[in-house]
Amino acid sequence: MDVVNKVHEHNLVAWAKDRPDVLVLSGDLTGSTEISLFKQTYPDRFISMGMAEQNMLSWAGGLAREGFVPFLHTFAVFLYRRPLDQLQMSVCYPNLPVRLVGFLPGISTPGGVTHQAIEDLSVLRGVPNLTILEVGDATDVESVLDITEDLPGPVYLRMLRGEIPRLFPKSERLQLNRARVLSAGSDITLLSTGLCTEEALRVTGLLSARGVSISHLHITTLKPFSDPTVLSALAKAKQGVITMENHSTIGGLGTCTAEMMAEAGIGKPLMRVGIEDTYCQGASFPYLMRKHGLDALGLVSAVEQLLDTKLAISEADLDAVRIEQAASLSAEQLEAL
Amino acid sequence: MSGADSWEKQVAAIADNVRRRVLELTIEKKGCYLSQTLSSADILATLYAKVLRLGPSQAPMIPPRFPGVPGQAGAEYGFGAAYNGPQGDGFDRLLISPAHYAVAIYATLIEVGRMAPESLSLFNTDGSTLEMIGAEHSPGFELTTGSFGQAISQAGGIAMARKRRNEKGRVFVFMSDGELEEGQTWEAIQALAFHKIDNVVVVVDVNGQQVDGLTKEVMNIEPIDARIEGFGGIAVRVDGHNLGEIESAINNTSHDGRPLFVLAYTNTAQGVPLLDERKPHLHYVRFADETEEATYKQFLADWERRAS
Repeated sequence: MDVVNKVHEHNLVAWAKDRPDVLVLSGDLTGSTEISLFKQTYPDRFISMGMAEQNMLSWAGGLAREGFVPFLHTFAVFLYRRPLDQLQMSVCYPNLPVRLVGFLPGISTPGGVTHQAIEDLSVLRGVPNLTILEVGDATDVESVLDITEDLPGPVYLRMLRGEIPRLFPKSERLQLNRARVLSAGSDITLLSTGLCTEEALRVTGLLSARGVSISHLHITTLKPFSDPTVLSALAKAKQGVITMENHSTIGGLGTCTAEMMAEAGIGKPLMRVGIEDTYCQGASFPYLMRKHGLDALGLVSAVEQLLDTKLAISEADLDAVRIEQAASLSAEQLEAL
Repeated sequence: MSGADSWEKQVAAIADNVRRRVLELTIEKKGCYLSQTLSSADILATLYAKVLRLGPSQAPMIPPRFPGVPGQAGAEYGFGAAYNGPQGDGFDRLLISPAHYAVAIYATLIEVGRMAPESLSLFNTDGSTLEMIGAEHSPGFELTTGSFGQAISQAGGIAMARKRRNEKGRVFVFMSDGELEEGQTWEAIQALAFHKIDNVVVVVDVNGQQVDGLTKEVMNIEPIDARIEGFGGIAVRVDGHNLGEIESAINNTSHDGRPLFVLAYTNTAQGVPLLDERKPHLHYVRFADETEEATYKQFLADWERRAS
């Protein structure tokens, strides 16, 4: 598995080259949100808005009304928690093409509770007109801007920065409301988002080796949440379903999944791996993942609970796993299973 | 009679009709945002009939029913602004910030011939776009601003976009003084000044009144002019019932590189002195009993007789 550095920084500059209506608005976090190169390359299209997010959200609405496509860059938490009213009334109600590029989702921030966007999905899934996307690897990051282009309304992006794994082949671009099917199986269906997908990939191979047949889907679209591939995978799970996300267990992927299962009458147990209705302390990402059970070991224990068995998978076993690039299964492959 | 006298007389007559029309509606509907209309009628009439460069209305004289929200039913954003004519190079824009002033906007549109008088019967009725607190589908509205302090920031984005396209035409924001209590207002002034957005003109109805009572007793906002200047804007104080002063402050104040703020000091009982005794609780005027209502009916009847 490759690790790629500053994917968004370079991708945005290339992508915006022939799109003169694309503007970047910065909330005083230019270096921290990978827009320094954009600022350097297109100084005229870089707009400094300072630390004033309420004004930035409404201002962006004004620019979008006039035909520009503003890409707001700040930490995820500052896009919805402080300026929620502005986001709703100046951007989402009028259904304007404003792109909210939110960095450091969930507990992936070196900052503390003030910087942790752990309930952004709970808050924003209830906002009409908004599309919500979350990326999990370099290929997702490289292709997500293309997805936004076809959406006339606002988009909220849970974005990644710095060194990012490339889990999926560069040629397999992210598609709107379409999961990446990473493995097919019949005992458990596992849905994961964002950085949790890499953790899940550490586990799924070991599970197969121990005779647990697992269907693993990487989810990138959280709203809308109506992918027939997901529905079909949920319906096929004999033992139950597990969701895994860098977010509160209330209102995010786990909740979307519960709603979909309930509406389709899929009466199987659901385990939601996530932050269990608590604020978190400021600490390193690996430490917090372990503490809140969002890492590979946390997933192992969820599987054990669901199957009511011990799998004898140790931390050393997980450390020894080398993640290979996971090509998604094609529709034909899925059909053949 | 000089030319100047004639425009002022004409605008004063428009403002007078706006006030009378809304008093009539207040009696008919047993309550309305009357005091806001009384304080702002001269400002709005001056803007619509003298200051703003607007093309002819692009909307039906009688507003059609609410077509649905943007994004869901295919309705477009901001179409209430069609009553202000086409947008684009050379035209001014008017963005209404305190959406509670909707009835004053509707009445002004009627008096300047952009909406049919009978439209007002749709006010605050189910399925109509003439909502009590307007939004961007309401006649004369371009934005959804019932939650205060957001129009001035949106105006910043609109005005910046127009500057980027080298468009001529100003972006006017009509604000209320209570909105100066919102933190976002000051974020916006700071950003307008920082980005040198000088195609924005903010006209504030400083009527000194908010829901709980007098602004100075709820949350002091003075000295408004010094505060605005401190944030990088240009501020001019005028008598908000002196049409010449309003017009001159807007058109003759040099503000290169800075946003202009015209602070129009007004009276919430202007034209209806009966309301003086109810001050300062005038946010939403409804009459206490039939006797009071009868007094206002008589006042309106006398007023109508004088006007005709």
